[in-house]
Amino acid sequence: MTPADTDTDADAGTRSTSGAHAARPDAEPPAAPPTEEDGAHEAAAESAEFVAETSEGGQELATRRGTDADELRREVGAVLRLPEGVAVDPSDIDVERSDDETMIINMGPQHPSTHGVLRLMFELDGETVLRTKPVIGYLHTGMEKTGEELTYVQGATNVTRMDYLSPLSNELVFSMAAEALLGVELPARAEWIRMLMVELNRVSSHLMWLATNGMDLGSTSMMIYGFREREMILGFFEKTTGLRMNHNYIRPGGVAADLPDGWEDDVEVICDTVLPRCDEYDELLTGQPVFRRRTEGVGAISAEEALALSLTGPILRSTGVPWDLRRSMPYLCYDEVDFDVIVGTFGDNFDRYSIRLNEIRESIRIIRQVLEKMPAGDYRVQDKKVTPPPRVRIDESMEALIHHFKVFTEGFKVPEGEVYVATESPRGELGCYLVSDGTPKPYRMHIRAPSFVNLQAVPLMMRGGLIADAVAVISSVDPVMGEVDR
Amino acid sequence: MTPVADGGPPAAGATRTAVGPSAAGGNRPRSLQDATDESAFPDREHYRELVGRYRDAGFETCADLCAVDYLTHPGRHLPEGVRPERFEVVVNLLSLSQARRVRVRLQVPEPDPVAPSLFSVYPGVEAMEREAFDLFGVVFDGHPDMTRILMPEDWEGHPLRKDYGVGRIPVQFKEAPGPR
Repeated sequence: MTPADTDTDADAGTRSTSGAHAARPDAEPPAAPPTEEDGAHEAAAESAEFVAETSEGGQELATRRGTDADELRREVGAVLRLPEGVAVDPSDIDVERSDDETMIINMGPQHPSTHGVLRLMFELDGETVLRTKPVIGYLHTGMEKTGEELTYVQGATNVTRMDYLSPLSNELVFSMAAEALLGVELPARAEWIRMLMVELNRVSSHLMWLATNGMDLGSTSMMIYGFREREMILGFFEKTTGLRMNHNYIRPGGVAADLPDGWEDDVEVICDTVLPRCDEYDELLTGQPVFRRRTEGVGAISAEEALALSLTGPILRSTGVPWDLRRSMPYLCYDEVDFDVIVGTFGDNFDRYSIRLNEIRESIRIIRQVLEKMPAGDYRVQDKKVTPPPRVRIDESMEALIHHFKVFTEGFKVPEGEVYVATESPRGELGCYLVSDGTPKPYRMHIRAPSFVNLQAVPLMMRGGLIADAVAVISSVDPVMGEVDR
Repeated sequence: MTPVADGGPPAAGATRTAVGPSAAGGNRPRSLQDATDESAFPDREHYRELVGRYRDAGFETCADLCAVDYLTHPGRHLPEGVRPERFEVVVNLLSLSQARRVRVRLQVPEPDPVAPSLFSVYPGVEAMEREAFDLFGVVFDGHPDMTRILMPEDWEGHPLRKDYGVGRIPVQFKEAPGPR
């Protein structure tokens, strides 16, 4: 923790550099004593170099004096009330507050509780958080640019690495967007397999969240339990797709392979294990006074604020808005299964926790119905344009071999157009805006990442809270940095 | 062709509307109902006003905002009267009460890549507009904090533009001379 006398950029740069300059002569004594002019010149040059190498300039949280009123209002989250026609509380925008009373501290990107490489800058008054600024981009690998260089066949391998805790959701939304442009209709079994896999993935993702959230709040046993159950699901994924994560299983045109023999038993075991264990988590966390005190009323937001900030998923539902794309704008076969949309009341951390816990139960309900209703048939569309020939045909037919080769090297051409497809990922609305120019590669592939948008809520949830709750708030937003930075 | 049935936002000024993606066939697969979005094509003067009217007509939240660089694909399908420009800002609005989506597509010319910011209408576009600025260099006029968000502050260029090269590491084969 450094005191808040890190003033404006120029000041900070010069001060720290002159400090470094002062320290240097101790280490290696200069050959000739420098004149005062030389020293000053050197310091100036060094300071310029120092700033160029390390400063991130405007991305950081600036001091109050160095921030204009609009920006300050935004950083304290006051702007959100403006569209609602409610007058802004003047005490929210305390521009005159002296910088001496507050300090700006930095958390992350290398911090175990930031779920990856999230970096937050806080302005603190004692233990109270006044302003927060998330700084992101440390995991930016240009996946949207990469997506323009890959064919539609290869595209799923790219998008699956975005939200690495629910890779199948990413593959699903990309494949659905490509299929919308292609205009192909999937066989029923392909859709039900997709639904089964995505719901299992939702369970594993929420289990992972329960685990890390438990750890962030000091319950290490919850972490171990969460990982234990998740491992069962990953084991089933490995059996089905060949990989525990980054499956490339859901592809444009269907899924990569049919479910393995005896999949019903495996899924049944998962359901029968996870469901009673949810009751154990209930006992472990829900009724526990320490857990409740650390979550109830912490990081609360209202429904208006959530909608203004474009929040989706469990965060939006925690404020009492019953918005779930599976119910409201059904895709796959979600209109044929029976499930409840879990809604909270207060929009605080506890609501978000209970929504995720109960969504595991609802997902298991869906999975059980999928088990009953799984239709027979093909697991991918039999469209020669999209689907490679089956393996056996390659041995008998030269044309099939050429066809297979063409699909995987050249890909298939997708008609011109643009489409936006949205699905409900465990974190919220996962959308894909796909533009095709008629070639086998997407002209533009934009992923609307729920974590990226939901992260905007952090400054608002933090405001006025305690620094000790910061970790709990980050955790309850459930950001996956691979998806935030893409 | 009317954008909103219940007397919602009419076409303002030079706004053109079209329904659905141009590739939409007659028999749409059931799983792709979401794809039936209608699109509005306002010009820059009427863009913010139109989006504001959509919000008043019940589109409570802005689901997505992104930019597209049409440098190498100029002949795209646009309704009559809309002049294609290099950049396009695509806004996807969502109405929770009507379970409907609408897409607003704004043409932004290359010599003057400035678009009005929607921050005053939907504060949730803050990060999305910063991302579009960072990756495409489209400046959003009226945004409170128009800085880079994903790339480092001192990065040169806007990587998702079509004329920005794709970096790659050359594959080292056995016979090829190595770096050392």
